[in-house]
Amino acid sequence: MYAYALKRLLAVVPVLCGLTVIVFAIMALIPGDPATAILGSYATPENVEKLNRQLGTDKPLVQQYLIWLGNLLQGDLGRSYSLNRPVLDEVLERFSATLILAGAALVLCTIWGLLIGIWTAARQYGWTDKILTFAVLIGISVPSFWLGLLLILLFSVKLRWLPASGMFAIYGGGDLADLLAHLVLPALTLSIVATGVIARLTRSAMLEVLRLDFIRTARAKGVSETGVLYRHAFKAALVTIIPVIGVQAGFVLGGAVYIETVFQWPGVGRMLVQAISTRDLLLVQGGVIVVAASYVLFNLLADLAQSWLDPRVET
Amino acid sequence: MVTLRLILRNRLAAFGAFVLLAVAVISLLAPLLPIADPDLTAPANRLKLPFSEGALLGTDHLGRDLLSRLIWGTRLSLFVGIAAAVIAAVIGSAIGIVAGFYGGRTDGVIMRGIDMLMAFPYILLALAIVAVLGPGLLNALYAVAAVNIPFFARNIRGVTVSIAHREFVDAAKLAGMNGPRIIVSEILPNVLPVIVITMSTTIGWMILETAGLSFLGLGSQPPQADLGSMLGEGRKLLITAPHASIVPGLMIFAIVMSVNLLGDGIRDALDPRLRSGALSRPAAATLVERSDIPERQAGDALLDVQSLQTDFQVGKRTYKAVGGVSFHVKPGECLGIIGESGSGKSVTALSLAGLVASPPGVITGGAVRMGGEDTLSMTGDELRHIRGKRIAYIFQDPLTTLHPLYRVGDQLSEAIRCHRPVSRQDAWEHAVSLLEQVRIPNAASRAKAYPHELSGGMRQRVGIALALINEPEIIVADEPTTALDVTVQAQVLALLDDLRRERNLALLFITHDFGVVAQLCDRVAVMYAGRVVETGPTADVLANPFHPYTRRLIDCVPELGGGRRILSAIPGLPPAVDDLPAGCAFAPRCDKVSDACTASQVALIPSGARAVRCVAPEGRP
Repeated sequence: MYAYALKRLLAVVPVLCGLTVIVFAIMALIPGDPATAILGSYATPENVEKLNRQLGTDKPLVQQYLIWLGNLLQGDLGRSYSLNRPVLDEVLERFSATLILAGAALVLCTIWGLLIGIWTAARQYGWTDKILTFAVLIGISVPSFWLGLLLILLFSVKLRWLPASGMFAIYGGGDLADLLAHLVLPALTLSIVATGVIARLTRSAMLEVLRLDFIRTARAKGVSETGVLYRHAFKAALVTIIPVIGVQAGFVLGGAVYIETVFQWPGVGRMLVQAISTRDLLLVQGGVIVVAASYVLFNLLADLAQSWLDPRVET
Repeated sequence: MVTLRLILRNRLAAFGAFVLLAVAVISLLAPLLPIADPDLTAPANRLKLPFSEGALLGTDHLGRDLLSRLIWGTRLSLFVGIAAAVIAAVIGSAIGIVAGFYGGRTDGVIMRGIDMLMAFPYILLALAIVAVLGPGLLNALYAVAAVNIPFFARNIRGVTVSIAHREFVDAAKLAGMNGPRIIVSEILPNVLPVIVITMSTTIGWMILETAGLSFLGLGSQPPQADLGSMLGEGRKLLITAPHASIVPGLMIFAIVMSVNLLGDGIRDALDPRLRSGALSRPAAATLVERSDIPERQAGDALLDVQSLQTDFQVGKRTYKAVGGVSFHVKPGECLGIIGESGSGKSVTALSLAGLVASPPGVITGGAVRMGGEDTLSMTGDELRHIRGKRIAYIFQDPLTTLHPLYRVGDQLSEAIRCHRPVSRQDAWEHAVSLLEQVRIPNAASRAKAYPHELSGGMRQRVGIALALINEPEIIVADEPTTALDVTVQAQVLALLDDLRRERNLALLFITHDFGVVAQLCDRVAVMYAGRVVETGPTADVLANPFHPYTRRLIDCVPELGGGRRILSAIPGLPPAVDDLPAGCAFAPRCDKVSDACTASQVALIPSGARAVRCVAPEGRP
């Protein structure tokens, strides 16, 4: 178990390296003079020259990458020109907001996805199954940014139950209850698609497992139907479901871009969209690296959870 | 064609196809339709509600006709989505085919890169690309296409690998064709259908993603409008004019939903398991549909099975796996049921406690009496209480029949706790003592092992312990030694024989091996095509088989030290049980067949302790 965890932990290093290469390569693709691209067309020639020297664009690409990577490892992601503060500070501040939103959505989609999946598998071809399966299909087809708008219309504009934007109330908010009230709609919206995906997969994984020989053994022992479903079938199905939950973490982190824009949640996603409009490429780069790295870690967690569940993984 | 019909038979998929077709036709015909200019502003008519005069869907904040904008926007979104799908499919498939076909280091390097790209959250990569290229619909299209390349590459590589070593590819190589030519002439035609299907199922995604980028203001720029940017503009007026955002969103939703419905239809049509209904969830107990229940017979039998019938209903076909089987087992007795695979012996065994998977299995007749009670009349809960407690099973391959994720000790403890209210601790100790009784060395530590950590013989001992743990009256052993090595097989059989004598257990032993029957069983019933064809005390049947099939089965057993002997396999195959012949089912393979055999049903005729189903029995009846 520990040996596997260590092995898996070490395997993350090349992935993170590859990730930096890709981000660096994309940024190196910028047509024309990178300093002009970063500073925008209104930059003074002195500033362009100064930045070019800072970026070391006159050196070979490999050397540029190594210098850039060295800075990255020291926590230096450059300085955001539009905000005039270090990129890392801004990104980390925003990322904590994204983590709250994405974390809540991930918890929601995991719980609901698994429950719906088990229910529909247990009542295959019954009414519950038909209705929920169709609801799930709607869930994975609905554009999340549109759903967010509909929820705002219903719960914030019409019913006035929940706030429509931001993370805290501007006046008098700031406590946990305030945060939760602001979190409900965006987290729900963000979780819908992933709930659908997990529910579908859980249903098919359960049906797949329920046909296996060891389920018959459990029944032959006299295990109750609930026991067969949850203790035997679900545990075995989880082995295939967990990696997918890991992948969904990526979709949730990515989908946060839309949801944060719709609900004006002060996270990395909204920051990225703003940074793209202002052509603040260093900020984009920093945001992408931090979110992508966190996705890699989510997947690592999923892998570890799976190895903890399935003793056969190590061998 | 069959596939197409299957897709269209699926009503939801057909509906999806219809919606998509309608949307596509309308947006293609947009220039010809009598609708307003989508960019014509009319400030006087701004923010009209839907169904108002002259604007079916209302107008936006500049007074532009929303219906017209919707149609033109859909046209643009469809175009962008399809274009992105085609680009991603072409580049991704090319990469996948090259990696899959050449394999080795090429494959390794390419797939490493693909894995790296997949380590990114999908949308984030698209954002990074748009950030570099700058906002714009074309750039959004490139970005969405680019982030989907890894998906295609990986899928198509998988398909290519499975084709790259088929005969026709090898033949082309031998004929001296070079790599690129083989790819074009042999690989591509075979991979193309998969590419097209993958593409059609991802178009929905692509439309959604490009719309998303436009919604964020990074895709189409005004005055050009796709569905996403319409939604983005509508959002700014969300409170005053909700229809401006509801309408375009609904269209995206309808398109994506239709693509998904159609995609599901395609997937179901292509997955043969769904067609046969094999993915159905087996019910807790086999379905029983009997018209009448046979009268209870007198006698001291512990288990009395009367004309049991079990069918498999697959589609319109009915396979009569068990066609009226009767036998009984007395306390402490061992009855062997022997037959080839497909003879219905295992289904018979599983039917006793309602363990045949249903669907497709249905018990259509007969009775199974355990100490006078008919198990086929029991409710699911009643059945659960006798399973493992009064009738226990040992299955064939313990690697697949034990739960892979639980320690064997836990699996044994669970069996105890299903029937008796004991503490975890006591159950575990009892489990360990059972493992000792089935002669597993170091039982206390082995109890903590997972099934895959044990050898085949040890696993089957666990299987036996599992059956014994609640001290049942009868154990049904369904080919318990078939998956084991010969030496291990002998040990397990000896163990089983000892245990049954020590505990005076009744044993129903299912096998295809007369050697095993001879070693273990008091009586034997020979099954063929779902029926018992001969039954009697083992020694008598072995010495003097009545049925030609029994004799042939006995001849199949090699005798140890019996010198060289031709092993006589039985020519031919057992008949398909969905289409049984009128007379004796063995007639087509029998060397003594006469007209009387095929004329009508042959009855099981008793003679003393024995019985045979044959018009011209052999031996000395």
